[in-house]
Amino acid sequence: MPNMSLKKNEMPVQEPNVRNKNFKEVALGYTKEQAMDEAQRCLNCKTRNCVAGCPVRIQIPEFIKEVAEGNFEEAYQIIAKSSSLPAVCGRVCPQETQCEGKCVRGIKGEPVAIGRLERFVADYHNENSSTVLEKPKSNGHKVAVVGSGPAGLTCAGDLAKMGYDVTIFEALHMAGGVLVYGIPEFRLPKDIVQKEIDGLKELGVKVETNMVIGKVLSIDELKDEYGFEAVFIGSGAGLPKFMKIPGENLKGVYSANEFLTRVNLMKAYKRDAETPIGRCKRVAVVGGGNVAMDAARSALRLGAEEVYIIYRRSRNELPARAEEVEHAEEEGIVFKFLTNPIEILPDENRFVGGIKCVEMELGEPDESGRRRPVVKQGSEFEIPVECVIMALGTSPNPLIKDTTEGLATQKWGGIIAEEETGLTSREGIYAGGDAVTGAATVILAMGAGKNAAQAIDEYIRKK
Amino acid sequence: MYKIIKKMELNPTVTRMDIEAPLIAKKAEPGQFIILRTDNEGERIPLTIADYDREAGTVTIIFQKVGATTEKLGHMQEGECLQDFVGPLGTASELDGLKKVAVIGGGVGCAIAYPVAKKLHELGAEVHTVAGFRNKELVILEDEFEKVSDKFVKMSDDGTWGTKGLVTNALKDLIEDGEQYDEVIAIGPLIMMKFVCALTKEYGIKTVVSMNPVMVDGTGMCGGCRITVGGETKFACVDGPDFDGHLVDFDEAMDRGSMYKPFEQKRREETCNLLAKEVQ
Repeated sequence: MPNMSLKKNEMPVQEPNVRNKNFKEVALGYTKEQAMDEAQRCLNCKTRNCVAGCPVRIQIPEFIKEVAEGNFEEAYQIIAKSSSLPAVCGRVCPQETQCEGKCVRGIKGEPVAIGRLERFVADYHNENSSTVLEKPKSNGHKVAVVGSGPAGLTCAGDLAKMGYDVTIFEALHMAGGVLVYGIPEFRLPKDIVQKEIDGLKELGVKVETNMVIGKVLSIDELKDEYGFEAVFIGSGAGLPKFMKIPGENLKGVYSANEFLTRVNLMKAYKRDAETPIGRCKRVAVVGGGNVAMDAARSALRLGAEEVYIIYRRSRNELPARAEEVEHAEEEGIVFKFLTNPIEILPDENRFVGGIKCVEMELGEPDESGRRRPVVKQGSEFEIPVECVIMALGTSPNPLIKDTTEGLATQKWGGIIAEEETGLTSREGIYAGGDAVTGAATVILAMGAGKNAAQAIDEYIRKK
Repeated sequence: MYKIIKKMELNPTVTRMDIEAPLIAKKAEPGQFIILRTDNEGERIPLTIADYDREAGTVTIIFQKVGATTEKLGHMQEGECLQDFVGPLGTASELDGLKKVAVIGGGVGCAIAYPVAKKLHELGAEVHTVAGFRNKELVILEDEFEKVSDKFVKMSDDGTWGTKGLVTNALKDLIEDGEQYDEVIAIGPLIMMKFVCALTKEYGIKTVVSMNPVMVDGTGMCGGCRITVGGETKFACVDGPDFDGHLVDFDEAMDRGSMYKPFEQKRREETCNLLAKEVQ
């Protein structure tokens, strides 16, 4: 009998007032019983809308059926056919706009908790599976992957499984890309990412850190001098955007990239860390995406007492995952919707002293389909804060574009790549993830890495 | 790993190291920088490349012990390895086509001015170097500058080395004496670069400065190194570190540079205590 409860089984979490003071993971994961019970909410319907909603087409009803029957390893094997990073995606995918958004159970009640089940299955596998990855037989062909974020890791993993000799080039001192410098520990524990990278190394993938491609070596050198037959560019999102308002260069104004990199990659959350970070009492974060939520919640955990999220549209337009918004609110983050900063105010030492904002109201829909916010006349007001974090998105990093002749890019700087294959304007050079799409999601980047791995295999076979 | 091939104390607070980094040595140009970490828990710090030897595969860094990381670095010995060493970052100085240049170096900034002077010399330009230090004790690279400069003016705050006075005094004298420069390149403390720029602006001489702001990744990602140039925000790591000095907002840069001063001071003291304990 299916479980006809209208609600998802709740995810066990750390208490809001406990977790907002530590960097440990917020969600604790389902127990076996909770997972099996939740899995029985799936009707195994014929329409399978959830699969269509998944960027990498995980066979969702099939894996859930195995969970319902307690066959967790079997469930894992089904997911693993489509996804290389299930422990990551189960935690960070925006399920409400993807698989769960399409679930028929969501028409009347809550959808099946597909993301939580995926996470359960992946964690179960990581804890219990003793299968040692076998190093595949080498086919002797070399492929270079630039960037070790979700796109690069996926592409490298798939190619290595096919027998390619893959080298990942990472600019920072640690592999993982946005999974280590961007997404905080409390949302994605770093040992999960490390496990994925260790898995790739077992498959024979080489990881070269401290390699800024476009500076120390160019894409063409990788091909011509180092003998890589194909190159995949998964170099990520790039340069942080600012608002171009007065006061943005005051001390205490950070890009979310800088703030999160200091906290996550450089471990500034530890009291004895060598990386400095402003530990302020009052913090304003500007933006409404996952990065804004991550920055705000990190600031809170560093000891802030008042943290504001300033967003120029309303709650309905927030691009962040629903769960992150919910968690942020529970933890005590204050949302200032329909509010836009116009100036950051200095204190007497030219540190941040406050942020001047205007109220907005929603007008006609703009090209993104969202209602355009317009300024309410005479609505200026100030919020006293000591730190402002700008989480407004990024623009592409020009390093690779500028050093790779004939690599076509969009007007806004993104690399132009075929959607199905990731092929760029240059033969043998593929690209995917945020470097192509602009800031998007982990799962889309993974999908792009996957497609490119297929295409690279076909390209090298035909050569 | 990046091995320390050679270490030399240039003066009581400034150290020179040749680091094994063949790929970086192959590509490095004057004006570019590297980022290093001494150990796995260490901070990433940017240092401008002071020299490179493409054949030996080494990159030279010269640093003053001012914070925890440079303190730890200063205690490392030949044969030991740095945890991370990444580069060459930033854009190279644009030196082609310059016929006559005044290179102004201040303090440890001379370490960065030197490769620029050397490259200009190799390109056949007439190089006038003005170097300034607080006193004789702190002088670095004297012989090196001597070799690549057609004119070498030495200045010190207390008169123990060369002439007593500021580099701006010397530069003003050169200009007043009728020297005509295509460009002035000034590298040193922000306050020095600010005043060099104020002077050259009066005479309408193009002036390039090398900025060294706080940064994390050095590839454009963090935006911590932003400075205002001609009213626009630029990232020193990818747009620079060289900029038109007449357009740089030095006051803002000095202010931003002081953001973590108390933290750095504290961390340095802690590191010194720790290192002293290890010695005991």
